[in-house]
Amino acid sequence: MSLLSQSPETRNEQAKPKSPVATAAPRKINLNAMMVEGRALIALLLIVIVFASLSPHYLSPDNLIIMTRHVAMNAILAIGMLMVILNGGIDLSVGSTVGLSGVVAGMLLDGLQISSLNVLAYPSVWVVILISLAVGTLVGYVNGVLVSRLNVAPFVATLGMLYIARGIALLITNGTPFSNLRGDEALGNTGFLAFLKAAPLGLPMPVWAMIGFAAAFAILLNKAPFGRWLYATGGNERAAELSGVPIKRVQTRVYVLSGLCAAAVGLLLTGDLSSATPRAGEFFELNAIAAVVIGGAALSGGRGTIRGTLIGAFVIGFLVDGLVLIGVSQFWQQIIKGAVIIVAVALDQMQQRLQQRRAAKAALASSSGPDPAPAAAQP
Amino acid sequence: MPAETGTGVVLRAIDITKRYGATQALKGVNFEVRRGKVTVLFGENGAGKSTLMKVLAGVEGPTTGHLELDGERIELRSPNEAVDHGISIIHQELNLCPNLSVRDNIFIGREKRRSFGSIDYASERDVVRKLMARLEEDIDPDTPVSDLRLGQQQIVEIARALAMDARILIMDEPTSALSAAEVEVLFKVIMDLTDNGVAIVYISHHLEEAIEISDHAVVFRDGELVATADAADIDLSWVVGKMVGRAADYDFRGEEREYGEVVLSVENLKVVDPAGAGRLAVDDVSLTVKQGEIVCLYGLMGAGRTELVEALAGRLPIAGGTVRLDGDDLAGTSIAQRIGRGIGLVPEDRQRDGLVQSLSVGKNLSLASLFATTKNFFLSRGPETRRITDEISDVRVKTSGPGAAITSLSGGNQQKVVIGKMLLTDPKVLLLDEPTRGIDVGAKGEIFSLLYREARRGLAVLYVTSEIGEAITASHRVVVMAKGRVVREFDPYTTTREEIMTASGESEAGQHPIGALE
Repeated sequence: MSLLSQSPETRNEQAKPKSPVATAAPRKINLNAMMVEGRALIALLLIVIVFASLSPHYLSPDNLIIMTRHVAMNAILAIGMLMVILNGGIDLSVGSTVGLSGVVAGMLLDGLQISSLNVLAYPSVWVVILISLAVGTLVGYVNGVLVSRLNVAPFVATLGMLYIARGIALLITNGTPFSNLRGDEALGNTGFLAFLKAAPLGLPMPVWAMIGFAAAFAILLNKAPFGRWLYATGGNERAAELSGVPIKRVQTRVYVLSGLCAAAVGLLLTGDLSSATPRAGEFFELNAIAAVVIGGAALSGGRGTIRGTLIGAFVIGFLVDGLVLIGVSQFWQQIIKGAVIIVAVALDQMQQRLQQRRAAKAALASSSGPDPAPAAAQP
Repeated sequence: MPAETGTGVVLRAIDITKRYGATQALKGVNFEVRRGKVTVLFGENGAGKSTLMKVLAGVEGPTTGHLELDGERIELRSPNEAVDHGISIIHQELNLCPNLSVRDNIFIGREKRRSFGSIDYASERDVVRKLMARLEEDIDPDTPVSDLRLGQQQIVEIARALAMDARILIMDEPTSALSAAEVEVLFKVIMDLTDNGVAIVYISHHLEEAIEISDHAVVFRDGELVATADAADIDLSWVVGKMVGRAADYDFRGEEREYGEVVLSVENLKVVDPAGAGRLAVDDVSLTVKQGEIVCLYGLMGAGRTELVEALAGRLPIAGGTVRLDGDDLAGTSIAQRIGRGIGLVPEDRQRDGLVQSLSVGKNLSLASLFATTKNFFLSRGPETRRITDEISDVRVKTSGPGAAITSLSGGNQQKVVIGKMLLTDPKVLLLDEPTRGIDVGAKGEIFSLLYREARRGLAVLYVTSEIGEAITASHRVVVMAKGRVVREFDPYTTTREEIMTASGESEAGQHPIGALE
């Protein structure tokens, strides 16, 4: 299947776990999915309409690109976070991983001191990128092993890793950012910033990265057995295990994927700031969780989609940037953002209850329905 | 309705209808509950029994019609109001907090208080001890419910209802997880209650058991009360006949008795009890199952049957002995690898271990066999959907389609999905733990005829049951377990129920199987 068919597929995937009533025809499922996701989408439209009417600049192409660029980083983190949340876990360490992977990139570009050999190594830009991604992936792997093999609660394992990764980033930099990321022609390590600041077809690199990550993860969720395993373990781990799903491997892997996403954001952010600072990415995990939750995912696992998560990230990004644009104070921004998150989840809960009630009715109907001759009067 | 009104009627439901959207769950039911009598409700799933009980217990209000208590019209707006009127219910599903102790669960919401409002643990503990003595169960009041086996949890549920001192006690499937010995104790308690004037309404899928306890039988079908009779005038075939509207064939065996090679062979298997205490749940068990053979594993709760099949499936570790599938030692293989080699388990608790509630019917069906339709790392939707739709019609799941929510199915159809899921893995050996728990007679028959069809194609089946009728009518061979050991094997064609029950230790009714093990 080509990428183009991804969107309807996602929609389909979306509807099935949530579909309250038995619907066989895909058209009907789409309708249901629209209703489920509609909430976040309506919120996004409202945000756009309100801010567009308040500020003529809001919908200008330039501003749209700037806002989307802001959205992109959170969206990538949120995609990784979605993997973990679908599994029923949480990853609090992604913000720190963003900082750590950026710092690792900065360090490598600055020249890697290998004291035992007394040499300074300057890896090429591609090696730098690969190593940074590997570092984020490794952080995720450690999280995954802690959670799946040592049975540490996800909240605790990743909370610990939040401090540890940040601490390592601070140790590497000694607290001061690497700001020389240009490289040296003679050493052959130039082009790092140029690559991250490139804007093919007018779209900045983070936006391309978001599109790439979203497509790849949507395929993973909807087309690969891993995706089905993930939805199954999040929905009922015991049943999944008895069905032969390698639940431990799935659990480890979601943290690895989340770490990979965080590392990618670390690189993009470093490119954005033109400097690798150890404090980069602080509190990013909270925005990522918010995007996933607004996008209709259940924190208990098993329910959520890439599409919803993207919409969630856009809701947050477009809201905050809009508030900034029309000059709402920082303090009010926080309050409004918080309110949007709570309202989104409260509505989601109401909808869940409604669906459960409908499913209960359907169960009743199906258990008393099948007998073809119910009306036979009895003496 | 045969209106023997007058004597002893405490609670009367008059012309009750209940609608859920387009579905009419109850169609004008008139129903009486009598003082000091056990009224048993028979009917398949969805016949309206549970709905009527919910109306009587104030869980749901009727769409039309009303209730009369002692001849006076009452309205029940909540279960608490029903309790205030002396009506309490033991629900089909366990409603316990596993993290709290037995005592806390029994008194939850109705804690005994001392004068300053603090909880009077000592007197609560006392009441629990008395209740447990009455139920002949050796459970300490301070044990966390999570440490109890399913059967013991059901005892706690019953104790909670008893603690309310109800005048009318509704029991919806109170024995689904109880051993025969425990059921006997429960029946003694029921007699005791009725002697004291308590009215009992009793629902069970164990028909023989329900007939045994009943004073008065009522049969429901399709939301209507179709027959009433005194217990003296009824037997099993009458009940089954009224339930399904025709005389049902209660023997699933058929004639086939040709078996192939031994597929599953278990030698000296030992499994440590997962509940702890360092004792063996399965102690030196050896057995074999041949191709095409359906073997029943009969025994009391706690006899080690569930642990045995879970160890065979790879969920529990093996402490000693060997398990061979087609001659290959399964030691060290995971659940997934065993499914790949052809042995899978249909677990005891459908909701907890069998289904992923957030996935559709179709995705539940294909979950265990995704690789069959995976090409180049990706699932191919067309072939997957085809396999799913074929399986839905093959195991006869009544559903509107593969996209339907799994929670929209009735219990029997959900069980067919769990079985279909394992059949799709193309197993050589299928293990089933209490495959008919909580499902109606019609679905039971369908499930066993399905197993017999698969057995004729060479599948080896090993199923666990606590229902003696099912052991004797649905298997080619009965293996009886007690206290972790295989005590005897029987040929069901030539054995009586009594022989099998005696072998399982059921006749020593006074002893509790679980207590004895500890």
